[in-house]
Amino acid sequence: MSATITVDTGPLARFKRRRALLQLAAVSISLFMAVPIYLIAVAAFSTRDGLNQFPQPLWPKNFGTQTMETFLSSTGIVAGTINSLIVGVSTLIVSFLVGAPAGYALARFTFRGKDAYQLALLFTRALPIVVLSVPLARAFLATGLYDTPLAVTLLHTALSLPTTILITSSVFLGVSADVEEAARIFGCTPAGAFLRVVLPLALPGIAASSIFTFVTSWNEVLGATILTFSQRTLPAQVLTSLADSPLAYRFAGGLVLVIPSLIFIALMRKYLLNMWGTTIR
Amino acid sequence: MSVVRHNLRSRGRISPAIWLVLPSAVLMIFLFAYPMAEGFRAAFVDPDTATVSLRNWDRMVSDPQFWAAVRNTLLLIVVVIPLQFVLALTMSLILQAKPRGSAVYFYLWAIPLAVSDLAAGLVWLSIFADRGYLNSVLLSLGVQPFSWLSYMSPGTQFMAVATAEIWRATALVLVIVVSGLQGIPKEYDEAASVLGATYWQRLWQITLPLLRPSLQVALILRTILAFQTFAVAQALTGEGFPLLVGETYRWYSALNNSNVASAYALVIMGISMLTAFIYLHVLRDQSRQVTS
Repeated sequence: MSATITVDTGPLARFKRRRALLQLAAVSISLFMAVPIYLIAVAAFSTRDGLNQFPQPLWPKNFGTQTMETFLSSTGIVAGTINSLIVGVSTLIVSFLVGAPAGYALARFTFRGKDAYQLALLFTRALPIVVLSVPLARAFLATGLYDTPLAVTLLHTALSLPTTILITSSVFLGVSADVEEAARIFGCTPAGAFLRVVLPLALPGIAASSIFTFVTSWNEVLGATILTFSQRTLPAQVLTSLADSPLAYRFAGGLVLVIPSLIFIALMRKYLLNMWGTTIR
Repeated sequence: MSVVRHNLRSRGRISPAIWLVLPSAVLMIFLFAYPMAEGFRAAFVDPDTATVSLRNWDRMVSDPQFWAAVRNTLLLIVVVIPLQFVLALTMSLILQAKPRGSAVYFYLWAIPLAVSDLAAGLVWLSIFADRGYLNSVLLSLGVQPFSWLSYMSPGTQFMAVATAEIWRATALVLVIVVSGLQGIPKEYDEAASVLGATYWQRLWQITLPLLRPSLQVALILRTILAFQTFAVAQALTGEGFPLLVGETYRWYSALNNSNVASAYALVIMGISMLTAFIYLHVLRDQSRQVTS
C-alpha cells in the first residue's frame, strides 16, 4: 500500500478556474444586458406614488398597472400602435413582393448589370435615412401622400428593400438548383417549379427576413416622425410627446417599445447568425 | 428539355432576370435617386429667391448648435465604437468557448439588436433620471445622488448617452463577429495549439486576422449607423446633447426650414460615405502589407 500515485491536479484546477471565470464574465455581461430591461419593466409597472418615492426600490414593491393604463389611454397611443402595425405589415408585404423576385434573380441568373445592381444595393444600405426623409416629405406634401401610413410604408420599404433582396437571395442560394431543375424535367412550368418546390423550401428563411423587415419598420423613428403630422406611428408619437410628458409616460412608453423586441429575437434566434453572416458580405 | 432552353435563353436574348429585378430597380430609383437629387437641390437653393446660393449652408454653419452637434457625433463614435468592438469580441470569444447556458446568453445579448434607439434611451432614462435607479442605489450605499442628465454636467450627459449606445448597438457587432468566427475552420486554431501557441498568440495571429472581413463589415455598418443616432440623446437629455440627425430634425420640424435640414442631411451623408471609404482604403492597405 505504499505505491502512492501522485496525480498532477494543476491542469484540472486551472481548467476549473478558467471555466468559473468564463461563467463569471458571461453572467456579468448578461446582467448589463438584462438588468436595464428588468428595471424599465419595474418602473412601468409601478404606481404613480411609487415612482415619486426616492430612493426607488429595485424590486416591484409598488406594483400597479396605473402607469401603464395612463400611457395606453393617452392620445395617439392606440392609434399609433395601429398605424405602426399597418405600416409594418404593409412594408413587409411590399418589400417581399418587390424584393423576393430580385433576390431570386440574383441567386439564379447572371445578367448584364448584375454587379452594378448589387453595388447599388450596398450603397443604398449605407445611405442615412435622414437623407431620404426630408426630400420625400417635400415630395409627399406635393402629391398629397404626406401624413398617410402609405408614405411611411414607402420610406420603410426603401429602408428595408436592399436587406430583403440580399437576404432572400442568400435564402434562394441555399435551395439547391437541382431540385428546381428536377421539377422542371417532371413537367413543371418555371412558375410552377418556383411555387411548388423552391418557395416551400425557402419559407423559413423568408419568414425570418420578414420578421426582420417588420422590426426595422417598427423601430424606425426619424422618418416616421418627419413624414407624418397626425397619423403618427407609435415611436413617432412617443418621440414627439417626450418633451411635455411626465416620466411615468416615458417609462411606460419605453417598455411598450421594448416588449416586441424580446419576442422578435426569441423567434429569430436561429436565423440571426445566418442573416447577418451571409447577407452582408 | 425546358432546362436546356432556359440556358440558351439566358445566353441570347434579354435575360428573364431583368423582369424580376426591374420592379425593385424602379422603386429604388423613385425612393433613393429622386430624393437624393431633390435633397441636393433643396440644400443649394435659397428658399426665398429660388436661386442657387449657399445661404442654407451659411445658416447651418453659423448656428452654434451645428459645431456642438458635429463634435458630439464624432466624439460619440470615437468613444463608443472601440468599446463596442472590444466588448463584442469578448462576448463572442466567451460564446465560442461554449460555457454552460450559452444559448441563453446569446439570446440575452442579442435582445438589444431589435431595440430602437428611442426605446434604449427611455430604458436608460429610468436608470439615469434624478430619481432613477442609479441614484437610488447610490443613496442606499451612502453616496450623494447626482444629476446625471443635467445640462450643467455635459460629461455625465455624454457618459449616459454612450452607455445607452454601448448597451443597444453592441449586439449588431456581436452577431456579425460570431457568424464570422463560425466561418473560420477549427483546424487552423488546433494546428497552432498543437505547435505550442498560447491562447493570446492564437487570438492575435490566427483568429483576428481571419476575422478581418467580418470586423471590417461590422465597423463600416456600425459607423454609418452611429452617425444616425439621435433618439437616444433626445430621450435622455432632451435638447441637451445635440447630434447631427437631431439637429436635422429640429431644423425640419421646430424651425420649419427644410432647406437647412437638407444641408444637414447632406453633411451626414458626406461624412458617413467618407468614413466608409477611409475604412475600406486603410483596412485593405493593411491586409496587402500582411500578405506581401
